Amino acid sequence: MLSSEKRYLLEVSDLRDVAIIGVGETRLGELWDKSLRELGIEAGLKALKDAGLKGDEVEKLYVGNMSAGKLIDQEHIAPLIADYAGISEVPSTRVESGSASGGIALAEGFKAVASGMEDIVVVGGAEKMTDVGEQEAKDILSSTADQEWETVFGATFVSLYAMMARYHMEKYGTTKDQLAQVAVKNHSNAAKNPNAQFPREIKKEFVKNAPMVADPLGMFDCAPISDGAASVVLCPAERAESFHGKPVKIAGIGQGGDYMSVHERKHICTMKATERAAKKAYSRAGIGPRDIDFAEVHDNYTITEIMSIEDLGFFKKGEGGKATEEGKTDINSHIPINTSGGLKAKGRPVGAVGLNQAVEAVLQLREDAGERQVNEPRYGLIHNIGGTGASSIVHILKRWS
Amino acid sequence: MMPIPRFWREIKQRYKGIGSVCKNCEKMYFPPRKICPECRRESFQNMEPVELDGRGEVVTYTEIHEPHTEFDKHSPYIMAIVEMKEGVRLTGHLVNVDLEDVESGMKVEATMRKLGEESRDGMIYYGYKFWPVDE
Ligand SMILES: [Zn+2]
Repeated sequence: MLSSEKRYLLEVSDLRDVAIIGVGETRLGELWDKSLRELGIEAGLKALKDAGLKGDEVEKLYVGNMSAGKLIDQEHIAPLIADYAGISEVPSTRVESGSASGGIALAEGFKAVASGMEDIVVVGGAEKMTDVGEQEAKDILSSTADQEWETVFGATFVSLYAMMARYHMEKYGTTKDQLAQVAVKNHSNAAKNPNAQFPREIKKEFVKNAPMVADPLGMFDCAPISDGAASVVLCPAERAESFHGKPVKIAGIGQGGDYMSVHERKHICTMKATERAAKKAYSRAGIGPRDIDFAEVHDNYTITEIMSIEDLGFFKKGEGGKATEEGKTDINSHIPINTSGGLKAKGRPVGAVGLNQAVEAVLQLREDAGERQVNEPRYGLIHNIGGTGASSIVHILKRWS
Repeated sequence: MMPIPRFWREIKQRYKGIGSVCKNCEKMYFPPRKICPECRRESFQNMEPVELDGRGEVVTYTEIHEPHTEFDKHSPYIMAIVEMKEGVRLTGHLVNVDLEDVESGMKVEATMRKLGEESRDGMIYYGYKFWPVDE
């Protein structure tokens, strides 16, 4: 039972501080000429190179992946990627938690280093979604909802989010214009990101007039289906400076859970899993939402970004749409959200998303984000949702000095 | 679509709207649960089946234009989260009504219907759907 009296065997202060010393990612998109293992290796090698490591130093590999079994008919992919990366002797583990697989893999890597079990840990996320047809990929996404009590009755993955959207609109007066603004902003950010699947601006009218997918969400309220991979290298903070000039610290992590089915949640447009995850992450980092300088949030649908910036504490419940419309989430505004372009425009290789977010946060905190750089950020937050919100993970990253 | 045994295992609950009630705290659940999330271990082997009345009201809804393959023939169709009289909520098709006429708070009743066309494994899925009723 979670309570304020909870005693940890190790005090938080007994855990080692953990740093990210290298990042790498592939371009995101429909990459028909690249297999899952190739994507995983490309991202991993870039991260090792970035950290200045050869490869021998790696003690453990975690791989976030949602559904290789269904998408490419291959299970047991962690050793597969390790093998082709030339490190078959390194222990490797796949982590699955729906679309939060990547973020939760990162948390597992963090724990391995923080606990003192390992020193050099590589965490990768990879997903190959376009070997199956688009409809099949969407059906597979739906299998992260409750198949027996939601999808069997005809609910699709996006329809469950559409019902959250309508609820939010009716309860708080959120408009289709405000939803569309999320897409417009994220496409505008993606236009400055060379790895983005859709690096181009789009107009609000275009989003609003797109064919309906699940009312009120249209085609451009939805993130795409993508191939891609991303990777980070972790080490104890005390060793970080010997590897790379600009490490980044993981200041806090928190994971939350909730009911599997949307209909079981009393407040349909609040994700308790995110609130719970954020609360723990803020507390472990010793800061609050106001200290965060930018965030990568899980925008699989436009409504999800609006709900999430509320659930993470950046705006009051119900005010996320208005804040977006007022430009408060633009780069170098009140709280820049999804400077990378987000899942919406950078891309959605589901099991890799949490690592794609980590890569962006590290680039921002190193001030290496080029045209989309936020002004001298100190803290960045990344937020990754599993399924329709039954799992959620938040990491807070901090500039080195 | 999920494998046949997984669907059949709870076919009775889907057919008749049978949920469960925790004998420890009296809270009711649908779909039925083996453990009450309020009472946890104390509720184990203390959950009893209970049949829903079948009436409720719409909490939120959507019209699906890109369905799963099995539901293609019905497209577009309306899905809703419905709060039953007993307080539990469930997700299902809303039939016999146009999107323009649906609103939150609308009274509906559960009815037994074929859910999907015969799927690739030869199975026809049955379960509850909802339709509007007068007060
Ligand atoms: Zn109980």
